[in-house]
Amino acid sequence: MKVTLKVWRQKNRSTPGAFKTHETPELNVNMSFLEMLDVVNEQLANRGEEPIAFDHDCREGICGTCSLVIDGKPHGPHKGITTCQTYMRTFNDGDEIVIEPFRAKAFPLIKDLVVDRKAFDRIQHAGGYITVRTGAAPDANSVPVPKQTADFAMDAAQCIGCGACVAACKNASAMLFVAAKISHLGLMPQGQPERYRRAKGMVDQMDKEGFGACTVTGSCEAVCPKEISLDFIARMNRDYGVALLKGDAKAVKSGGAG
Amino acid sequence: MNIVDRIWKSSLGKKYLMGLTGAALVVFLIGHLAGNLQVFGPPELINGYAYFLKSKPGLLWGARLGLLACVGLHIVSAITLAQLNSAARPQAYATNGAHGASTASKYMLPMGSIIAAFIVYHLAHFTAALPAVNGVGDFTKLTTTLHGETVPDVYAMMVLGLQVPWVCLIYLVAQGLLFMHLGHGLSSMFQSLGFRDHVWWPRIRLFAQVTSIALLVGYSVIPIAIYLRVVGNDYVEKKKYALKAATKKPAPAFVTVPGKEAK
Repeated sequence: MKVTLKVWRQKNRSTPGAFKTHETPELNVNMSFLEMLDVVNEQLANRGEEPIAFDHDCREGICGTCSLVIDGKPHGPHKGITTCQTYMRTFNDGDEIVIEPFRAKAFPLIKDLVVDRKAFDRIQHAGGYITVRTGAAPDANSVPVPKQTADFAMDAAQCIGCGACVAACKNASAMLFVAAKISHLGLMPQGQPERYRRAKGMVDQMDKEGFGACTVTGSCEAVCPKEISLDFIARMNRDYGVALLKGDAKAVKSGGAG
Repeated sequence: MNIVDRIWKSSLGKKYLMGLTGAALVVFLIGHLAGNLQVFGPPELINGYAYFLKSKPGLLWGARLGLLACVGLHIVSAITLAQLNSAARPQAYATNGAHGASTASKYMLPMGSIIAAFIVYHLAHFTAALPAVNGVGDFTKLTTTLHGETVPDVYAMMVLGLQVPWVCLIYLVAQGLLFMHLGHGLSSMFQSLGFRDHVWWPRIRLFAQVTSIALLVGYSVIPIAIYLRVVGNDYVEKKKYALKAATKKPAPAFVTVPGKEAK
């Protein structure tokens, strides 16, 4: 099979970009989408042209590095699957496929289809952690966790931080990512000490990064390769509301023992 | 940083404001509908209700100012959030984005803007009773006697006002838009305020659908029934001629229909 690619090409952030059409050579239908791009890039390199820059790492659908908005949908046409797990047999011979980078102010473009998603790391630094003692691994099951709680936390922890939620949202909102990170720690007993500080810190950092707000359109949930539920956004709203009412903790004058 | 500041400066805080003011406005819509549906009763019923409201100026103006504050906050939050949202994606996609988003959720602000314009019209039409916008005449000249007192004839005003085809159409279009606005907004307010999980979400959706359909049917049946001359046509027939005569001559000369409004 052969397809025509309409790809966003942009040298760097300060140079304006444009769509460029690339014809693929003959493809194996069982190639992944990224392997198809590899083949196209090999052809471009052989011709002495600049290959298409795109993000990829594990190619197993678990690292969250691959991105791409394929025909208007982040991670391509399937539900619950990343770009690297999308295969060319999904498309028809002779199709024109439009490939764009994730577009958001908080994800500045680096080159072609590669965007800078460090904003997610900064949000994580603002509260995506728990306090544990160092030393030997704690005894298993020393802290009892109900099965249902563990399951919910695991549903949230599935988030691979790819940023598809931001790419799909009409507001370029990062709520689903932030909600998943706040919830997977906030649901567990180990995450309780920082629960409200975490919600406040991560949401405030999200706002600082320039992501939009939530209009509950459900686009994020629809494109999430890990099918994270909007329920977690409601949970984040709850925790953040409590954090807002509590306000910032003040040091007690005679304190220090705690 | 005080709490007002914390709420206002945060994207989630503004969503709480949207949800809370939206909830207050829906509660008002339900109460307002209950009041308006009295038009299906005898004229004395709604005239008596209107007189009761007017006789408690503190309560009336308190509610009016409260509602105005809610509408204002709802609009200002919506506009500032929309600015934040459009700034978050400086470069649009070439392809259709917003995969999986419902139509209503994509057009909440345009729908809300038209509904806000309708509220202005509705207040000018019936509350301020400006003759220029109703296509009939001066509603303030419509009076009737109730328990021996001369009171504004709200029943005649509603019937005469909504018998005008284009006015009726404006009301129906506004109700259609309100239905779509609430179809998304009513369930989303629970999401914004954090009242949602996998158990409650289907129930919230059902509640939102039932409420928005009930409001659509309730609010639409009034202009439709009046336009089809099912409600109050006989009652206003004579008042209509009196109103036309009254608008030409400075002295009001209303003909009251004997035996219908006075007890």
